[in-house]
Parts: sequence; C-alpha cells; structure tokens
Amino acid sequence: MTIMDKDTGWAAGAGRAVEISGLRKSFGSNEVLRGIDFHVERGEVVCVIGPSGSGKSTLLRCVNLLEEPTAGTVRVVGAEITDRDVDIDAVRRRIGMVFQSFNLFPHLTALGNVTIAQRKVLKRGKAEAERIARENLERVGLADKVDAYPGKLSGGQQQRVAIARALAMGPEVMLFDEPTSALDPELVGDVLGVMRGLAEAGMTMLVVTHEMSFAREVADRVVFMDGGVVVEEGPPARVISDPEHERTRAFLSRVLDPAAARVEGSGPSDKFGSDEANA
Amino acid sequence: MTADQVTPVAAPGGMSRRARRRLSLGGQYGLFIVIVVLVASVANWQQLHTNFANWQVAKGLFPEIITVGLRNTATYTAVGFGIGLVLGLVIALMRLSPVLPYRWFATAYIETFRGLPLLLIFIFVGVGVPLAFPGTNIPGGAVGQAGLALGLAAAAYMAETIRAGIEAVPRGQLEAARSLGMSQGRAMRSIILPQAFRIIIPPLTNELVLLCKDSSLVLFLGITLEQRELTKFGRDLAGQQGNTTPIIVAGICYLIITIPLSLLARRLEARQRREQR
Repeated sequence: MTIMDKDTGWAAGAGRAVEISGLRKSFGSNEVLRGIDFHVERGEVVCVIGPSGSGKSTLLRCVNLLEEPTAGTVRVVGAEITDRDVDIDAVRRRIGMVFQSFNLFPHLTALGNVTIAQRKVLKRGKAEAERIARENLERVGLADKVDAYPGKLSGGQQQRVAIARALAMGPEVMLFDEPTSALDPELVGDVLGVMRGLAEAGMTMLVVTHEMSFAREVADRVVFMDGGVVVEEGPPARVISDPEHERTRAFLSRVLDPAAARVEGSGPSDKFGSDEANA
Repeated sequence: MTADQVTPVAAPGGMSRRARRRLSLGGQYGLFIVIVVLVASVANWQQLHTNFANWQVAKGLFPEIITVGLRNTATYTAVGFGIGLVLGLVIALMRLSPVLPYRWFATAYIETFRGLPLLLIFIFVGVGVPLAFPGTNIPGGAVGQAGLALGLAAAAYMAETIRAGIEAVPRGQLEAARSLGMSQGRAMRSIILPQAFRIIIPPLTNELVLLCKDSSLVLFLGITLEQRELTKFGRDLAGQQGNTTPIIVAGICYLIITIPLSLLARRLEARQRREQR
C-alpha cells in the first residue's frame, strides 16, 4: 500500500532514494556538472570521491536543490524536485543535510538547534520535539551537551549536533557534504563513528568524502567523479583497490600516499584539504 | 655582550627623549592651570550662580519637568523608535527583495529621508499634512505626529543598519535552515533575523540616543502645555522666569538618559568583539 502525500503528490516509500539523469550545472560559463546519471537505492550507502573541483559537492547540493540544476532531472524519494511545481520545502523535510562547516544556529543551544525545525516545520509540540531531540543527541553521544551553545563545542561535537539536527526530522535519506573536512584530525573519528552507526542502522546515505578508509569499509558503492562526470563506480573493493580507469588510479595514489603526491607535486598535500572550490 | 653596546644615543639638540617628553607634558599641564586660573578670576561667580544654577528656580521646576517633560521626551522617543524599527525592517527586507520595484522603492526611501533635514520632516508632518488634507488628523495627536516624523526619518537609517545585520549572517545559516524544510520567510524569522538583531543591538542603541535628542524638534509642532517635552519645557520656563537654570536642568535630564544608553551601547559592542574572537 502506498500513501500519497497531499503536499507533494508523491508516494512515500516508492522508488529509489535518489535518481539523477542527464544532470548539468553551470556557474556562468563554467560547466561544473557535465551530464550525470546516477542513483542511490533505499538503504544504500554511496560515497562520492574525487579531486577538488570535480563537481561532487555541487552534485550533492543539487539533490536538495541548494543548487538549481541547469538541465536534467533529479528525483528524490519519489519526488521530481526539478519540476518547477514541486513543494521543495516538503521534499527537503525528508532529506537530511550535513555541511562541511556544520552551520549550526549559533543563537540556539544544542537542544534548540535540534528542536527548532521540528517545532516550526513539522509543528511538533514542545515536549515531543525535546524528547526526540534528546534521543538524537544521545544517539550521537552528546547527551551531556544538551544546553551548550555551539560556540562552546568542539568542531567534532558541533558536527554531531548537526547530524542529530538532521536526524530529528526523520529523513529518508541523509546527504553528507565532506562532513569531516573542516575537523582537526583527532576529531574525525567521532563523527565517522556516528556515520558508521547510521549506516549499520540501515540509513540511506550519500556521502561526499575524502576519507578513503571510511568509503572502503562503510560504503556499498563508491562513485569516482572527475571533471564534472562520473568516471567510474562500483563496490569499494573494486573502485578503491583495483580501479579500472587511469584517472581514478592517479587520484587514489595521490590521496592514499601523500608522500607520492609531494614528489609529483600535483595533488593535494593532505587528504583533509578543503574542497571549497567545489561549492 | 658588553654594557657599552647599549649606551643610549643622545638626541639632537642635546636632550634625551625622556627629557623632551617631560618638558612637553609639563608645558601642557602649565597651560591648563593658567587657563583655569584666568577663567576663575575673570568670571562673575555670583552672576553665574544666579543665572545658571539658581536653586530656587531649579526647585520650582519639579516635579513637572520629570512628570511632564521627561515623560513626554521618553514617549516621543519610544513611539518614534517603534515606528522607525517596524518601518525600517520592512524597508530593509524590500531592499533585499528579489522584486526589482521593491528594491527601487527602498533605495529611494532611504536616500530621500537620509538627505532631508529632520526639522523639515517635522514641519511636513505637523504643518504640511494638515494643510494638504484639511480635516485629517494624524492619530495620537502630538505623540502621533512626533512619533511619525521621528519614525519616518529613523526608518531610513535603521533600514540600512538592519540590512547590514542581515547580510552579516553567514550564507550557510540560510542553507541549513532551508535544507531542514523551512520556507524562506520562516528561515528569515527564526534563524536570520534573531542573529541579525543580535549583531545590530549596539548601533540601534545609538539610534535611540539620537532619537531622544531629536525629539526636541517637537518644539516646532505647536503643542499644548501637557505635551511639552524637556526642551520646550526648559525654554518656556527660562522665558517665564528670566533665568537660564531651566535650560540647564533640562539638559541634565537629557544626559541622564543619553549617557547611560551610550555606555550600554559601548559595552555591548565590546562584548560582541570579545565573542567574535
């Protein structure tokens, strides 16, 4: 049985989580995405890897329409968001987004950050919203930071609050835009741990990341992007350990062996390097 | 290292830097003392006391200078600030709107009202509007007129302040709010504006100080005895009594409001700077 959502007219629980075809995106004369065909099944964890400027962050931002595609169609949890008549706010409620720079609301406590959209968007009551917020903060290991303001939290803690904030909306798919790239190396593990737990719990996840070990261990499928196209995709064991394409091999050798990159002088000097050129 | 390596080099003119500094400071203190002594010996203290700080006259001002003058000044200021804030917010949002005519209107409004003397706006509201539309009354009498005149002008300044505050909120905040399913308006109200207003509280406090002083222009509206604010009150009583003391007392009443507000604005600013670090 499918239940039709009266706001959007799409059937909950039907179809793939994300389905993209012929997606193009230009900023002025700069074509960042040059025809992407790509999908994510429900329950699947897909990691998108690739060099800075390859368009992977732009791809992710097209999935919840933070960037408007120039051409092509994007369907998310059954709704065609590239259709101009779609109620994008109603679709975004079902999509969780985690940013590289956290983007917590600095004027609200951790609890306030996790409750505000529940209250204002889902119209949940105060008690219910706070109960759900506490559950989710506990899930990301921050039960003791409920009343802390973001300014008092470390980067890793802030990012975990941001994950709890997205989870509290009950999303059907979670998007992660380089969630650990802005973190000090010793804080990366906590955030990846939370994401690993989510994946194990069956959450549909689309993750743009430079963390190759995370991609290898957690992803069901890895997508390698370069120059605005998908170069190669498949199970992590194949794409990361035994890539078919020369471009994939060159990228991986730079990322997995920073010393080699320094010798070549062509790649990013560390794998935590920012990817802002993508945005 | 040996001691003779750090021997100070004599300044030109044979004086060390320290000696020159002492001489300059001593000169400045000396000048100050000379001026004070000169003024004190020339001034007619008796006359000054009777005219500027006449205790009898000052006592006669109370309690009306507080219950009427200060109260009305505070009322005109508050109403003007309220009107200015609401109108200023609307114009700031119009200025940031994607709708081109809204942006035109907002820009025209801001440039017009920032470019006009406040006195002209007061005369327009007090004299011009009744002349143009006989029989129409601006609701609220003097309070309405003064509040409207102050508010119209303040809105132009506040709109620019509020716009700057909104633009100072990082773009990621809007993206985070929208990606949680908030509409543009909801994100503005719940996420952007609370942060923007936090940023602009110090400049808004300064605007309140300016309005408090500018409310004295009510003088030109033609108001009844009960509607007099501090300046008009001081002026009228100075005329009646043939003494300057009422003006001095009215001035002190302004400072009682404006100095604490200015100090508050400065402290809030300092706190913001600390938090940003």
